[in-house]
Amino acid sequence: MNRTLYPAIFAAIVTLILTSMMLGIKLKTEGINLTLHSAEGSTWTMIFVATAVVFLFQLFRNQLTGLVKLPTLPTVESMLPEGKKGDRIKTLAVCFIVAAALIWPFYASRGAVDLATLALIYIMLGLGLNIVVGLAGLLDLGYVAFYAVGAYTYALLSLYYDVSFWVALPICGLLAALFGFLLGFPVLRLRGDYLAIVTLGFGEIIRILLLNWTDVTGGPNGISRIPKPDIFGLEFSRRAKDPDNMPFHEFFGIAYDPSYKVIFLYLLALLLVLVTVYVINRLTRMPIGRAWEALREDDIACRSLGLNPTVVKLTAFTIGASFAGFAGCFFSARQGFISPESFVFIESAIILAIVVLGGMGSQLGVILAAIILTVLPELAREFQEYRMLMFGLLMVFMMIWKPQGLVPMKRPHLELSTGDKAK
Amino acid sequence: MQEQLLYFVQQLLNGLTIGSTYALIAIGYTMVYGIIGMINFAHGEVYMIGTYVAFIVIAGLTYLGLESLPLVFLAALLVSMMVAATYGFTIERVAYRPLRGGPRLLALISAIGMSIFLQNFVRLAQGSRDIAMPSLVTGGWTFGSPDTFEASLSYMQVIIFIVTLVTMGALTLFITKSKWGRACRSCSQDLGMTNLLGINTNNIIALTFVVGAALAAVAGLLLGMYYGVVNPYIGFIAGLKAFTAAVLGGIGSIPGAMLGGILLGTTEAMTSAYFSSEYKDVVAFGLLILVLLFRPSGLLGKPEVEKI
Repeated sequence: MNRTLYPAIFAAIVTLILTSMMLGIKLKTEGINLTLHSAEGSTWTMIFVATAVVFLFQLFRNQLTGLVKLPTLPTVESMLPEGKKGDRIKTLAVCFIVAAALIWPFYASRGAVDLATLALIYIMLGLGLNIVVGLAGLLDLGYVAFYAVGAYTYALLSLYYDVSFWVALPICGLLAALFGFLLGFPVLRLRGDYLAIVTLGFGEIIRILLLNWTDVTGGPNGISRIPKPDIFGLEFSRRAKDPDNMPFHEFFGIAYDPSYKVIFLYLLALLLVLVTVYVINRLTRMPIGRAWEALREDDIACRSLGLNPTVVKLTAFTIGASFAGFAGCFFSARQGFISPESFVFIESAIILAIVVLGGMGSQLGVILAAIILTVLPELAREFQEYRMLMFGLLMVFMMIWKPQGLVPMKRPHLELSTGDKAK
Repeated sequence: MQEQLLYFVQQLLNGLTIGSTYALIAIGYTMVYGIIGMINFAHGEVYMIGTYVAFIVIAGLTYLGLESLPLVFLAALLVSMMVAATYGFTIERVAYRPLRGGPRLLALISAIGMSIFLQNFVRLAQGSRDIAMPSLVTGGWTFGSPDTFEASLSYMQVIIFIVTLVTMGALTLFITKSKWGRACRSCSQDLGMTNLLGINTNNIIALTFVVGAALAAVAGLLLGMYYGVVNPYIGFIAGLKAFTAAVLGGIGSIPGAMLGGILLGTTEAMTSAYFSSEYKDVVAFGLLILVLLFRPSGLLGKPEVEKI
């Protein structure tokens, strides 16, 4: 008993110190004086309950570990039959999901479609960061900087040079990739943790520049009235802004409905996501994609096999950044207004949480996680305040409990058929 | 001519003040890195929590009618060091120990999660608005004539210098002379061997987190009293700056952290004085990138030899 009693008392005291100081006492500024207020009785009750729980848990730790087992999540892969048949079912399932995603917005409410568009943006960002963090194993904490580069590129191009969305889209991707290259070139030779902090600093640099370069970027006021994308010159407004263009509803001779625009933006985002999924899926099967993963697993072995680690990392970094650029371009077109507020560190953290929850390297996982993490906070509005708290906690617990994520990554591989299986 | 000199001296003093507190925070990074080779991402948040606790103690004691400034200061120092140390200990237990020995990426992500958690924990517990405290120490010395330019050295700045120097001295003594300090140095040279020699390395690693957190709390108290404001977000930038200082001086080296902090503080003060105060963070992070490019081992660090 003594062996667990002292650690239990110690843990209880630690819990009490951690919670009572920050939760139990509140600071308030009244006039020029600083005053203290005790929290409500219920908070104190919670603090003591938490202390008691920690104490009891530590006391009976050895007895408990045998009883409680964390449930293992069923994997999507295990639900599908193996082999060729499984592949066919998978292809069918993908086709079915894509078809459902295409038809769904015509029957859903405007708000739901809008939320889905946001989720699609996060899917793109998650997939892009997944290349850098999941496949190449480089921790990028300033991913939002490339997103900002994409968003501001389109906003500025349309503001000063009247460039349309479709022309700007590739430019945004290229420019974000260029920024990724320029940042990656010097810093990718560094160790992993240095890289994390340098990218964090880089994200801040970009945000501060956007905030203070008022002449060009509008500073904290941001840029407003960014034109929405059109389709082959057809605009989705009531009247065409450009005299050469024609509004979409006039061209088809139907009544004007603002929800066309929302649905169009959703479909556009879906298209971008599908292209992203396809491209990344192909990349992981190419030598370069395999080199990313090999480097993540063992860089000394890679070097001895003649791969240049800097070049391999740089491609991952640059390609990852370009997807953030595309997402940023679409984001600014959708919002119509951007300011440096949208590109703070918290955004990078959310995208990282998506990758971590979904499973590093796993595309399906990242897509699911992006949907969960964007839709859940909207459904549970009262927990909005606790969102970031939960994300932080989620990162810690996912790493300890299930570092491979909800849907662990599966390498694309071919199975050699042995004699008896071929029958 | 004389005005310009005075202006320069003023900026130098301001830079040294900020720089010495950066150095205090940077030591926490450098000690942890020296032993387990990982960056403690949640360290900036510990500094922020230290500031909050110091404010709570000061407000509480003032409310109880304690007038003596040294007593209030000492009490705030001790309590905030203790609470911050508890946080440091818990961070190591929850976010680092279960992942030690695994892939580094996992520990990094869990540490970042911890940092986000702590920031939002304090935001929910104490509110996200600035909390201001009337300054306890007022006045100072001034030089120069009032018509042109007057350089001033406030008593608070002097307190910051003295407390920082004493703390650094105590830390150096602790590391070089005490049994625990010797174990720390031994761990940073070879963790596995130290373990074989009968030293509980788990305890030593916990100790470095605790000492680092306590020093961050000292910085938290000093900067809190100097600026008189605290909010849940100060830890983020302060952590980044202190990390820059640690890298600048050579991560893993304690004198390096001191030098780096002071250099960074001075650079920042000079940038805001002669260039633009908006871009002082940009200059600091730019400096970080440059140092990592041209001298990744820092000014006083030993170059890392990669063993295969």
